[in-house]
Amino acid sequence: MKQRYVFALALLLTAVGMSVFVYKWQVLGFPLTEDRETPVWTIESAISFDSGPGSIKVNLLIPTLTPGFRKLNENPISRGYGFSLNYGSGGREAQWAVRRADGPQTIYYRISVYEDAQADQLDTTPPFPPPPVINEPFKTAVDVLVNDVRDQSADAESFTSELLRRMNDPSLGPNLELLLSNVSSNSEFVEVATMMLAAARIPARKVHGFSLSGRQRHAQLITWLEIHDGDRWRYFDPATGEESMPERFLVWWRGNESLVRVEGGSNVEVEFAVQRNHVDAIAIARSHAGQDSTPLIDFSLYSLPIRTQAVYGVLLMIPIGALIMVFMRNFIGIDAFGTFMPVLIALAFRETKLFWGVVLFTLLVALGLSIRFLLERLRLLLVPRLSAVLIVVVLLMLVISLMSHKLGIETGLSVALFPMVIIAMTIERMSVVWEERGPADALRGAFGSLVIAIAAYIAMGVTSLEYLIFTFPELLLVILAIVVMAGRYTGYRLLELRRFKALTGD
Amino acid sequence: MFGVAKKLRAAGVLGLNERNADFIMRLNPRRLYPRVDDKIITKELALQAGMAVPEMYGVIRNQGEVRRFGEIVANRESFVVKPAQGSGGDGILVVIGRSTHKRELFRLSNGMLISTGEILHHISNIVGGQYSLSGNRDKALIEYCVQFDPTFAEVSYQGVPDIRVIVYRGYPAMAMVRLPTRASDGKANLHQGAVGAGVDLRTGKTLAGVLNDLVVEEHPDTGARVAGLQIPQWDFILQSSARGYDVTGLGYLGVDMVIDRDLGPLILEMNARPGLNIQIANCAGLTDRVARIEEIYDSAATPEERAAVARREFPAREPLKRRAPDA
Repeated sequence: MKQRYVFALALLLTAVGMSVFVYKWQVLGFPLTEDRETPVWTIESAISFDSGPGSIKVNLLIPTLTPGFRKLNENPISRGYGFSLNYGSGGREAQWAVRRADGPQTIYYRISVYEDAQADQLDTTPPFPPPPVINEPFKTAVDVLVNDVRDQSADAESFTSELLRRMNDPSLGPNLELLLSNVSSNSEFVEVATMMLAAARIPARKVHGFSLSGRQRHAQLITWLEIHDGDRWRYFDPATGEESMPERFLVWWRGNESLVRVEGGSNVEVEFAVQRNHVDAIAIARSHAGQDSTPLIDFSLYSLPIRTQAVYGVLLMIPIGALIMVFMRNFIGIDAFGTFMPVLIALAFRETKLFWGVVLFTLLVALGLSIRFLLERLRLLLVPRLSAVLIVVVLLMLVISLMSHKLGIETGLSVALFPMVIIAMTIERMSVVWEERGPADALRGAFGSLVIAIAAYIAMGVTSLEYLIFTFPELLLVILAIVVMAGRYTGYRLLELRRFKALTGD
Repeated sequence: MFGVAKKLRAAGVLGLNERNADFIMRLNPRRLYPRVDDKIITKELALQAGMAVPEMYGVIRNQGEVRRFGEIVANRESFVVKPAQGSGGDGILVVIGRSTHKRELFRLSNGMLISTGEILHHISNIVGGQYSLSGNRDKALIEYCVQFDPTFAEVSYQGVPDIRVIVYRGYPAMAMVRLPTRASDGKANLHQGAVGAGVDLRTGKTLAGVLNDLVVEEHPDTGARVAGLQIPQWDFILQSSARGYDVTGLGYLGVDMVIDRDLGPLILEMNARPGLNIQIANCAGLTDRVARIEEIYDSAATPEERAAVARREFPAREPLKRRAPDA
């Protein structure tokens, strides 16, 4: 009777999961594997600020000309704000405005681009810049320098290289010393360079952008230098003077203007997140145009803010870990401490990588266990003793981090990612088993936990699986069905075959 | 691999998954668990049903009562301290006497001396829940220490052997004797390295033993033969186990009994999740016997009748052919 319900439920779950999956795959054209040919990048900026009492106006500079990339689509995400696009001196500008708002506000702007080497968009040839108005004593310093550099260069390109080389020379001359005395950031450094290039009548400007790679939850802005040699724009690395461009450099905005202006708000912060898209966003855009937005697309995980997406990328793998756990315990019969401890350890392994994860975990548990045995002599009551073990675990993590940092092994720092409460409980449980059942049982349990954790880590690390679950979360229903079915599996566990071997009669 | 599984299936061997899903979940409603998980309740229920249990000297229910320990054992020379909700024999302290010099020093069953302070700490741990199934707070139980019956003297190492009977829907289905060893630290628990010896339900005589899932002929410490020992008052033991079902209502039950030199068989505890090693000790699978019980099941049968049915239906199989004689 029960059996029939279980079958029916599992069947229903599988049917729902699979039909949504097949619909998205066949009808909506979601690809089954990651498209690696034409990567699509989504960059999201989040502007957060505290709203003031009056009306609020937010201006954000957004990409205008992006050599090497083509824009796929862009959208501003905000609640209750009016939105408009303007062209300012620094390029395109997104503007949000609202009459009044309460409390902390966050506004998102998201753009998707794809790589296209042909996309060297036409850029205007700028006029020769007017000589900058500079006060003494800076004026003399600039003049002397520009003359010096000009003597040692042939054209705009070699002038820029030479200038940057001198500016980066550890032994600055007195003139440069003076000019760079107030420089505290890379951006200001490039600003001084553009000022001097202007004095030499070379058109130059600051370029700000990102080097796109993988999934970055906090992408760093890079400032680069751009000059016009009369024919086209050229890029220079301000730190070396070499003519180059960072890898996959997406230009966000140019010029000296600040990225964001907020009128009527305070504590403004801008954060950028970058993601390499799994889904062929071109296909999505196409289907968007064809049929007016299916709910299945609107409700896909790709519509979430990118930073949340990054979190779900990890969270969605936990069911896979749970599945491995069920398999290892109910089908194979491996003992482990705690029901889900191995899965949490496997999650930590994702950050530490396998080898260091195993080393750090073993180290932590071994040290914790030996200190737990010392605590045993003090005859502490249960809850204080557990708390003591927890504190010891935190201290051990600290020590391991500090030691490995001193030794130059940066992976040691990631020990902080281990779930410390779970480890403390494991140590306590293991020490009790050690005393009551002997070291063999305790070590077997610990070893079993580690084996399951490694298996879960490997399964959770399969990129194509991660992509599949992230794009088709309905597959989790199928996993649920498998787990429900496993709950009614009454056959032997693999290790029982050995255990009961004496009963087979041969 | 599948061949082995097939053979096991043919031999009627019960696996852990099947035990959990088909026996425990179906026959043991969770609300009845406290009756066996709390040894104090088990003891009260057994007493009400007129069954023999070791006398309870006292209960320590919380941290504040721990110091009552001295008072409880003031006139006792030997006693046992155990957690009311312990599992698998963990946390049990068997005191067999006091030091001749100081009354505050106690001698444990393994010969070691232990101070009152250490016992108090142990009781604190029990009360704090270190040994309880759920990790919740627990009670410590201090009771009569069973006096060794000479039947098993040759095949036990420091400790009291006990008899485990699996009772399916009131019918005894399988039994074994658990013999303490040096490895098990005097405890009669197979997980801890005690020897389990199957019992012929018809005669009450022991069969070959099992140690850590391996069949053994002799006790590892004493070297005496494990098989062929006659358990005294076997009829009474079977009837008491059968009655355990009426007391607890659990359809899949393990009843643990001990034989006291003076008091005869006593019910020590009952278990809602009895282990499966008993199959190895008996060289027989549980599924076949369970199927037979389902066939002859009679809800009106008295415990005595059910015990008689078990004696009739489940004689021991012929001894297993060994792969190689022991060197």
